[in-house]
Amino acid sequence: MITHYGYCDGSGEYYVVVDSDRCSGCGECVKICPEKALELVTEFIDLEDKTVAAVTEDKRKKIKYTCAACKPETNQTPCVLSCKTKAITCIWNPK
Amino acid sequence: MSGSDPSKEEFWRWQEYHRIVPDIKWSSKDVITAGVDVGSVGSKAAVMVNGKAYSWGITRTGANSPESANKALDYALKDTGLKVSDLKFIVGTGYGRVNVPMANKAITEIACHAKGANYIWGPSVRTVLDVGGQDIKAIKIDETGRVVSFLMNDKCAAGTGRGMEVFADLLQIPIEDIGEISLTVEKEPEPVSCTCVAFAKTEAMGLLRKGWSKEKVLAAYTRAMAVRMANLINRVGLERELVVTGGQSKNRGIVSRIETILGVKCLPMPNWREDGLDPMVAGALGAALIGKALYEKAQKT
Amino acid sequence: MITCGMDLGTQRVKAVILKDGKVVGRAQGFSGFDPTKAAEKAVSDALKEANLTLSDVKHFSATGSAVDMAPYANSTVSMMGADAKAGVFLVPAARTIIDVGAEEARALKCDEKGIMVDFVVNERCAAGAGAFIEAMSRALEVKLEEMGPLSLKAERASPINASCVIFGESDVVSLIHRQESKPEIARAVFDAMADRVSSMIHRLGVNPEVVLVGGVAKDVGFVASLNRKLGLSVVIPEYPDYVGALGAALTAASRAAKEAQ
Repeated sequence: MITHYGYCDGSGEYYVVVDSDRCSGCGECVKICPEKALELVTEFIDLEDKTVAAVTEDKRKKIKYTCAACKPETNQTPCVLSCKTKAITCIWNPK
Repeated sequence: MSGSDPSKEEFWRWQEYHRIVPDIKWSSKDVITAGVDVGSVGSKAAVMVNGKAYSWGITRTGANSPESANKALDYALKDTGLKVSDLKFIVGTGYGRVNVPMANKAITEIACHAKGANYIWGPSVRTVLDVGGQDIKAIKIDETGRVVSFLMNDKCAAGTGRGMEVFADLLQIPIEDIGEISLTVEKEPEPVSCTCVAFAKTEAMGLLRKGWSKEKVLAAYTRAMAVRMANLINRVGLERELVVTGGQSKNRGIVSRIETILGVKCLPMPNWREDGLDPMVAGALGAALIGKALYEKAQKT
Repeated sequence: MITCGMDLGTQRVKAVILKDGKVVGRAQGFSGFDPTKAAEKAVSDALKEANLTLSDVKHFSATGSAVDMAPYANSTVSMMGADAKAGVFLVPAARTIIDVGAEEARALKCDEKGIMVDFVVNERCAAGAGAFIEAMSRALEVKLEEMGPLSLKAERASPINASCVIFGESDVVSLIHRQESKPEIARAVFDAMADRVSSMIHRLGVNPEVVLVGGVAKDVGFVASLNRKLGLSVVIPEYPDYVGALGAALTAASRAAKEAQ
């Protein structure tokens, strides 16, 4: 499933999107993130527990600021580029 | 935790209640499972017999989540003759994966809510907008109730029950009437330009000073909120059929505007008083269904 | 060379008169329903203080969210540009400038010449702007100007929601019901503000000197929380709420000088 981590408010919409069907749980994106904003979590999918990447709880509501330095509007952030299965993408639409 | 005046009965809080479907009889041969959904405001539990909703209860969440879970489950079992030990599998879910001590497994509320929506409305429902007191969720599901895409907004109050309550207070309109009153305008005004509730309040006061009626200001604000929710739905991808659940599902002003903006009609609320498919219990129903699937999977191995 | 800078903010208009690189007059007033008129009055008051008249002013420059409503303006300058100019003028070692206004907050990184090299903005969201503190003070039933001193009495605070004014307000009401003391709740409000502002500026890298300007810089409670959060002492120039207008006046001076060439 596709999970959008982030938010939409008056200033725009900002999401780091993880597709847990594609995610292999390799943890490369977690290691490469300069803000330590990613972690591996257990997700219950199709009656199984699967290890997948997610944005940490404390960063979700400030993701606009956390991710800004990596230029998510380009969708060429370190986490996106590090993923071999293209499981992670950025949606960045400031108003 | 809501900060509203406790003496004011919040519109989207339902009565505590308990139901048993009359024509279902259980026996020890049946696969009897339960789901317990501890929310920030209400705790719900549902019992299913062979995957059919049998009994459920809704109670207020207290300060202690294990206690709330126990209370909700006991309430769902009340007068059924069932004991907790008769339940073959219990799934716990809720706000932030709370502690449901008697659960065999804890699962995220999204998976449970999706399954529950599929159970209540059938396999045709694909997009669920859940507008709660403090968050808005948009969920895209497939025909089996499996989650395909999901987003949750709890960063910004715009559109949440709490945000609508603030605006209702500003205009001094009872919260339960804001939907209908927003629809009394002859011509739909432009939406307010501010999504932010705090700034929208200031904008609203300016409009009132300019001579706008309360109804017109409310319509403008409701429109802006409906636009916001439509954007969230489009973000996960709108696919028919669409349903709106949660407190704001009762706000006809919001629902009708979302329908207009997206060009689709939402599936109507099921006749839950008759057949008991109360959307408030969707999470608990879904949890009970997943419990059945997990139990049967375990039996095979 | 006499120039005038005007800053038309969402709540207040500010005017500064600059003569040969020195501030000789400053005045402010509520923007109200007619920011243009309010700005005219502020300019007139500032000129009175400086013993000058309108015709003495060589160049008027304006900034602020209502900059389009500025009277007399020969030119305009962005709020960011004004902050950078004035920040370095007032604090030559300034490299990070944080401006927290009533409805917006911004921060910029600049070099030693006052040239901005990077910036961040928080707009269209009341969290992390003065509006947050204002709303909380209402919920707490404390006068806005008393929030700061009150918060300094607290030694701890329970965290409240920093990402949204409405949710923060709910949290404040909850804390009141839980009978937490007003000083501690006030401190929680400023801690939340500091949290949001520091998140915003994080990507700039916090390079000293860190200068705090804007109306909210006058609030001792916010300053204390921000210092705690950043782990340093921010520098607050005299008259931090006039920094935008000063920046506009300085810009006016360099433009007028260029025109004279």
